[in-house]
Amino acid sequence: MATGIRDKVAIIGMGCSQFGERWNDGPEELMVEAFTECLQDAGIEKTDIQAAWFGSCFDEVGVGKSALPVSMALRLPNISVTRVENYCASGTEAFRGAVYAVASGAYDIALAIGVEKLKDIGYGGLPEFSTAMGTLNQLWMANFTAPGGFAMLATSYAAKYGIDMSEVKQAMAHVSVKSHANGALNPKAHLRKPVTEEQVLNSPQIAYPLGLFDCCGVSDGSACAIVTTPEIAKSLGKKDLVTVKALQLSLSNGTEFAYDWDGDHFVTTSKASSEAYKEAGIKNPREEISMMEVHDCFSITELVTMEDLHISERGKAPKDVMDGFFDLNGGGVPCQVDGGLKCFGHPIGASGLRMLYEMYLQLHGRAGQRQLKDPKFGLTHNLGGFPFMNVCSIAIIGKQGA
Amino acid sequence: MAGITSFGGYIPRYRLSRMVIVQNMAWYFPVIMAVAGGEKAVANWDEDSVSMAVAAAYDCMAGHDRKGLDALYFASTTMPFADRLNAGIVAAALNMRENGVSNADFASCMKAGTTAMISALDSVQAGSRKNVLVTASDQRRTKMATMFEMFYGDGAAAVLIGNEDVVADYLGSYSINCDFVDHYRGQAKEFDYGYEERWVRDIGYGKVIPEAISGFLAQSGMKIGDFAKVIYPCYFGGTHKAIAARLGIEKEKAQNNLHAVCGDTGTAHPLVMLVAALEEANPGDRLLVAGFGQGCDVLAFEVTEKIKNMKPRAGIKGSLANRVELTNYQKFTKFRDLITADLGIRGEANPNTSLTVLWRKRKMLLGLVGVQCKKCGTPQYPVYPTCVNPKCWSVNDFEDYEFSDKEGKILMFTGDMLSPSVDPPAVYGLIAFEGGGRTMFDFADCDLNQIKVGMKTRMSFRRRQADNMRGFTGYFWKAVPQMEGGGK
Repeated sequence: MATGIRDKVAIIGMGCSQFGERWNDGPEELMVEAFTECLQDAGIEKTDIQAAWFGSCFDEVGVGKSALPVSMALRLPNISVTRVENYCASGTEAFRGAVYAVASGAYDIALAIGVEKLKDIGYGGLPEFSTAMGTLNQLWMANFTAPGGFAMLATSYAAKYGIDMSEVKQAMAHVSVKSHANGALNPKAHLRKPVTEEQVLNSPQIAYPLGLFDCCGVSDGSACAIVTTPEIAKSLGKKDLVTVKALQLSLSNGTEFAYDWDGDHFVTTSKASSEAYKEAGIKNPREEISMMEVHDCFSITELVTMEDLHISERGKAPKDVMDGFFDLNGGGVPCQVDGGLKCFGHPIGASGLRMLYEMYLQLHGRAGQRQLKDPKFGLTHNLGGFPFMNVCSIAIIGKQGA
Repeated sequence: MAGITSFGGYIPRYRLSRMVIVQNMAWYFPVIMAVAGGEKAVANWDEDSVSMAVAAAYDCMAGHDRKGLDALYFASTTMPFADRLNAGIVAAALNMRENGVSNADFASCMKAGTTAMISALDSVQAGSRKNVLVTASDQRRTKMATMFEMFYGDGAAAVLIGNEDVVADYLGSYSINCDFVDHYRGQAKEFDYGYEERWVRDIGYGKVIPEAISGFLAQSGMKIGDFAKVIYPCYFGGTHKAIAARLGIEKEKAQNNLHAVCGDTGTAHPLVMLVAALEEANPGDRLLVAGFGQGCDVLAFEVTEKIKNMKPRAGIKGSLANRVELTNYQKFTKFRDLITADLGIRGEANPNTSLTVLWRKRKMLLGLVGVQCKKCGTPQYPVYPTCVNPKCWSVNDFEDYEFSDKEGKILMFTGDMLSPSVDPPAVYGLIAFEGGGRTMFDFADCDLNQIKVGMKTRMSFRRRQADNMRGFTGYFWKAVPQMEGGGK
């Protein structure tokens, strides 16, 4: 009988590069920047790391294939390194690989690292992916992009709950305003200017009904984590351990796309979060989750995700958003505490680990101006693909014993 | 008796007023002002001769079993492939039988459509085939500020030839074939080259058509007065009238050349005009139709009582009524690739079409054929080996299920400015089909501002990819939102 991952693995070190348009740096520099911080934080030697998992998504136009780019950049001592790619969950997948490796007893200490260098390819957003969708799909799939794919969700969500699009847009605007306010407090964020709802609502349209400020930034970045067992962590002199409470993944199987679905929610997120709460021993997430970093690739994604995380009731996320329930000091569950994808951008392979980095800092009381009072559980969420066909990952980390 | 058993037509929705061309281009060639009246039909950027032929063919096949077709003929001078049976693409889009059929392209001449009809009628009369679908379609690119730009329109028509439930009996034909070159388009040339108009009018249309019709009358013993409508293409208005006068055709019996409402649709035009005439015809009416080009074909028909039993269809009349004005001349020139505009970095992607995949999945890709699970009855698209119904998941237990003729409704949609498109925003969404099944489609012929969740859609075969590097044209289906009043 599976017992889940709860408290079997501890994070002993994390690192995160400065995110942004890193015109003068490549993926190697970004990884070394994150890894140097991480190693120092863990207080171990590079040679103590026995295995590594590496997340990157657009390998064809980024680092290239295989896990060699990370082994070469970090000059890892000929250890096993595995590259993982699962759309926007790639970073969390790298973390999952390292955590499971340690939990299995196969290794004592493992590294998870993610990177994406998006600003070397000439695109304003993510690269065009028609050549990466498979030989059959490229012959018939609609001519869609990431913003367009998620924008559609707003139309069906509004129709399902009979909410006027102007109200949905207002709530979406507040999602972005809140994240920008948080990002302004974060020295590692790419976008650090607060914005107003008016600015968001008046931004040029990218894909109806999403405007420019409903879309996250596009940045370069890397983040990483070193994990081990709580026992080894203690033997290394670590105190106030942060442990993994849950790691869940859920993938679409075509039901939404080709069978039955109202286009009002993320089937995968709804399932993965339920499983994660069970694994972490959380009964009432709205009360028990202290903070969240969710996949706000677009404002509508975050809005709807609040319902699939079972924090907001169905159809009530816009109200919670407008009530400030997810604001930093709104008295609810602060979301995108570090500024989110909105302000960090979305270097895909790094994003999941960047989210965990903020939760980790908060749990250790090291989040500076953004520090929340005594958080216990931090949840991270990635959603790769499109509302109708996607990969969802959920991670919950917390204080040991919480 | 052999004859026409069904007919259909397709005129694209955009109409360009000739005054718009004049306003933009008369500074360059003022002569075009002489024919500034009326409007021409303009194919959308994702349409071509093949896609329009498919639209006309579906219209024609309303109420008829597409599996019953023994041959499909496609006539055009603007086929996307010089070597690959273009009729085969149309046939695949119709999900026609592959075995025991004989499809063919009729090309290189404005009368190729009527010649295809004669061939089809010959084979049905001979008893070697029962049902032959003849399609004709043209979408001719023209240089800016030319008379061709003023005269030419885009469109397609289809007639089903058979010998059961004939709506117009075939009374015979007569042809002249001669190498009269009023215009030509050399191999690998983009545009038509025309010769002096006076000569084309007087010695071409004005002489060849009357000679051919007179030849038919002499051969058959019929008189011109026997015909309720005489149908012959000629975009020179004066010459069209002069031909009628010369043959003694009463004014109202000369079928309108559609110059005012859609322009000359090339190879398709004799069939387009014939379909327009059939739409107004009564049982007992005799129709004489001529196709002109390097000679002239003349065919005669007599309409039967069966015409009253035909299922409703858009036809030429319906598609002419589905009309939106294209007021932007630059848009027209971009649609026809006459000007260079930047499609952006996303428009640079040009994945090669896997011909093995296209072969293996030809029904799914060209015919929009999905499957229906034999166990749970769920229609589904795309086709995977395992049933999509999570309560079923049975494996490889399906039969074919056609989605191309199914109505759907919009579940979610967007208009995307980031996606590379000749006509941004790229509009697309998730469609749920009536009767089950759903998937994502690009939308065509729509206005983002009028689209709503729940709006009905119909499917339309469109050009998906024009790979100029390799010369490959790819096709797939798009959803057309059924906007109120056609989205005017």
